[in-house]
Amino acid sequence: MPDNWRRSLLRPTISQVVVAVLLCGLAFAMVVQINDKDNDDYSNVRGDDLVELLKSLDAANERLGTQIDELTATRNGLLNSTKLSEQAEKQAKQRAEQLAILAGTSGATGPGVEVVISDPGKDIDASALLDAIETLRDAGAEAIAINGVARVVAQTYFLDDADEIRVGGREIKRPYRIEAIGDASVLSGAVRFPGGLINEIKTRGGTATVTEKQKVTITALADVKTPEYARPSS
Amino acid sequence: MIPVIGLAIGIVAGLVLKPTVPTDLQPYLPIAIVAALDAVIGALRALGERRFNDRVFVVSFISNVVIAAFMVYLGDQLGVGSQLSTGVVVVLGIRIFANAAAIRRRIFHA
Repeated sequence: MPDNWRRSLLRPTISQVVVAVLLCGLAFAMVVQINDKDNDDYSNVRGDDLVELLKSLDAANERLGTQIDELTATRNGLLNSTKLSEQAEKQAKQRAEQLAILAGTSGATGPGVEVVISDPGKDIDASALLDAIETLRDAGAEAIAINGVARVVAQTYFLDDADEIRVGGREIKRPYRIEAIGDASVLSGAVRFPGGLINEIKTRGGTATVTEKQKVTITALADVKTPEYARPSS
Repeated sequence: MIPVIGLAIGIVAGLVLKPTVPTDLQPYLPIAIVAALDAVIGALRALGERRFNDRVFVVSFISNVVIAAFMVYLGDQLGVGSQLSTGVVVVLGIRIFANAAAIRRRIFHA
């Protein structure tokens, strides 16, 4: 066989050459075509196909446009709701702070007065002290503490216990120092006016002094009890 | 042997020269290549069966290429270019498979 090949190489017949030329052309065309496919343009796509391609691209474009609109709407909705919930959270936080001060579960600071009731004759009883607190409350005191230990809130009770007074279960020593946060001048006015707290204490045999303060800080906290029977009705 | 050398020269020429296909020829070249492949596979089968004839190969090669290109051209003119070229490719593909099957049976007896 190799002999045969060599002979044919040396003296090729015309038909062999023609076949070789044809195969050469085929190989050339294949390589060219394959290379041509690599540069992926649309120059070898027929007109009809191009129209179809264009149509499908248009359709895809439209679909994506609709999708963009929908997603934008969703995003805007989410942004809005985020803003709303932020606002709600802010309000809730504010409300919680207000309620915490009201319920006495957090400390409070602000302008106010300090009323000191000295009672050498031990004539001041729980009801007199409660009257004093009520006076301050009427004048708009927002947070009240007695002797820095007993925070006065809605549930706080006043009790005569032997020589002492118990406020919300805590024993209060003399002299009684009532701190109240609120409008200082209004509070002191309410304490001082004729027939007011100071006069009342004096008739009972004690003395009361009131000082307006730029800053009163109440750190005493009330004992919070979880309601056992009451439930929110709303 | 010489045809194999021709094949190699064609591949090398294509790789080296890197010509681009003329726009006018672009629809016809792929079909023409498939048609030529059909002729070549047929020739291989004939070679295996020891009844290869140069003249038959040359004529079938050229006529295959020309007819395939002409059909695509005709299809383009009639507005069914893509369908007709698909049809031509299918028919040529079937022929190529049939010839390849014959070669396979001869070589592997399977």
